[in-house]
Amino acid sequence: MMEHLPALIIAIPLLGAFAAPLFKRHHKAVSIWAILITGITLIVSLLLTREVLVKGILVYVFGAKSPTLVLPSGYKVPIRIMFEVDALGAFMAISATLMSFVGALYSYSHVAHESGLEKYYSLLLLLEVGILGMVLTGDLFNLFVFMEIAGISGAALVGFRSYRGEASEAGIKYLIISAVASLMVLFSVALLYGEYGNLNLAYIAKNIKFGVVDLIAFGLLFTSFAMKCGAVPMHYWVPDAYTEIPAGGNPPLLVATYANLYALFRVSFTLFTNIVINISRAGWIMVILGVLTMFIGVTMALVQKDVKRLMSYHAISQTGYMLLGVGVGLTVLHDPSKLMEFGRDAIAGGLFHVINHIIYKSLLLMTAGALFYVTGTRNLDNMGGLARKMPITTISFMIGAAAISGLPPFNGFASKLIIYETSYMLNPILTVFAMVTSILTLASFVKVFASAFLGPPLKKYENVKEVPKPMLIAMIILAALCVIFGLFPKIILDKLIYPAADALINYLQYHSWGGLA
Amino acid sequence: MNPMTLRTPSGYWNPIIWVIFLILFGLVAYLIYKAGNPKYRRDTDQVKPFLSGNLETDKEKIQVRASDIYWGFIEALKEYYGVLERMHTGDIRDYILWFVGMAAIITVILIGGI
Repeated sequence: MMEHLPALIIAIPLLGAFAAPLFKRHHKAVSIWAILITGITLIVSLLLTREVLVKGILVYVFGAKSPTLVLPSGYKVPIRIMFEVDALGAFMAISATLMSFVGALYSYSHVAHESGLEKYYSLLLLLEVGILGMVLTGDLFNLFVFMEIAGISGAALVGFRSYRGEASEAGIKYLIISAVASLMVLFSVALLYGEYGNLNLAYIAKNIKFGVVDLIAFGLLFTSFAMKCGAVPMHYWVPDAYTEIPAGGNPPLLVATYANLYALFRVSFTLFTNIVINISRAGWIMVILGVLTMFIGVTMALVQKDVKRLMSYHAISQTGYMLLGVGVGLTVLHDPSKLMEFGRDAIAGGLFHVINHIIYKSLLLMTAGALFYVTGTRNLDNMGGLARKMPITTISFMIGAAAISGLPPFNGFASKLIIYETSYMLNPILTVFAMVTSILTLASFVKVFASAFLGPPLKKYENVKEVPKPMLIAMIILAALCVIFGLFPKIILDKLIYPAADALINYLQYHSWGGLA
Repeated sequence: MNPMTLRTPSGYWNPIIWVIFLILFGLVAYLIYKAGNPKYRRDTDQVKPFLSGNLETDKEKIQVRASDIYWGFIEALKEYYGVLERMHTGDIRDYILWFVGMAAIITVILIGGI
């Protein structure tokens, strides 16, 4: 049973997605079905992570006599599609399944009055399938296929409220951006397949030569994944998509964005680290993109008055921290002394920020969804005095805002502290940008807090009440995680983050399919 | 205590001091709130602001709106925001152009052209 976990984690939400339309006439039933499926998938991901942390890399070969039969007798190359799950993949799988569960729970009330809910939940589960496939696969073409699944289902979710023109426009934009990125990924995969005759990531990584065609493939893969994770100046689709998707779809869409960030890290560390004479070149590109992303993202956020759009620009800005942290590690990857001194910690800081950001940004987008749910507007100019009416949403917002601003003792502080220190060791200017970004982030959330929650109570919101319980529970879960991850960062780092960082650094393990061949 | 201590390359961080500080701060704030002003009477004229004898303006009219916050900051950085505004056209063709441009730059750097 345990050896089939990598297949089950995809099969369960896939079954859930295709069965969801059967509940067409039972809106509550389809919501409960989605919560159940995402809950089971979350448990499977926890089991899978435990297996990976205990046994090391897990390989699952589809269609083989045994799931671990990488090279059938007589073959010197892998011929079947396989999943290769290391600590980094498992870490991303937990993020994906947790956020899909929380998103489904929140959606129970948030989209209850919408029509076509069976389609909504079907797409939500398909998005989860796409993300999980992307982070678990060990096959480049498979990565493209799952990227397409996530892109198409994500675009349909963004345009779910099709009666709003803006939602349809945002959905189409996301679809086109996803299609262009996927096309470039497919082209790069074709270049590599033409050269090496194989699609297995570990096989290509082991055999890859230093050639111009390889580097063109690397450049295209790098840029495509950077665009899909919202790096500046290719971030324009993010505010549209994050603003228009129903708030329950925000957490999985956020993880879908970071599945592309995962792919960027995987390609840079695992696939190309051997061939580039000076990998620090790629590291510096990542660092510069990171600095641009966090600074331009936050300054754009500061001037927004649409609460979800403001938070979307913050999502862009926070991606910059991740690129900065992991980029610092990539820059010194081939310098053992610097890698031990601060490179490993920088990668860990960047990855820790991924999960921290997924948690608090999902929480903040949900509080924005709660504001929209009760006021019917996202315009901060039309809000005010809601703290008295929505105390739990207010406290959840305060925790999320403190966490994203890097205030201790919440989770954002722990990861930002590591990023500040390690980026300082590479170049102090980087830390200045990171800290200024944090200050502007706090300023921006003070603006949201003051205009939406504080101030005199407005007459038009006299009869407003706190949002329904499922929405509150989803927000409370994430707020609690912000506090727990902030109070016990060492446990999270030791159990989840450092193994994931080591998986990126010790790429030879991945190249040998966890020692199986 | 150990599970709470985060070791970083240059030192360590332990949130326990902050937690103690927050609890103490909350306690002091609560005590001050609880002590209150014994002469305070809710819903009487004494809670109304004194505006030199003028009537109080409708609260919705004097509310500080989100657009007004950081006006000075945005005004001071008008040129910077002008550039950003021109970049954010909302046109999907421009999105793709940025992508193509970045792909070209990144690929050239990786190949070693720069």
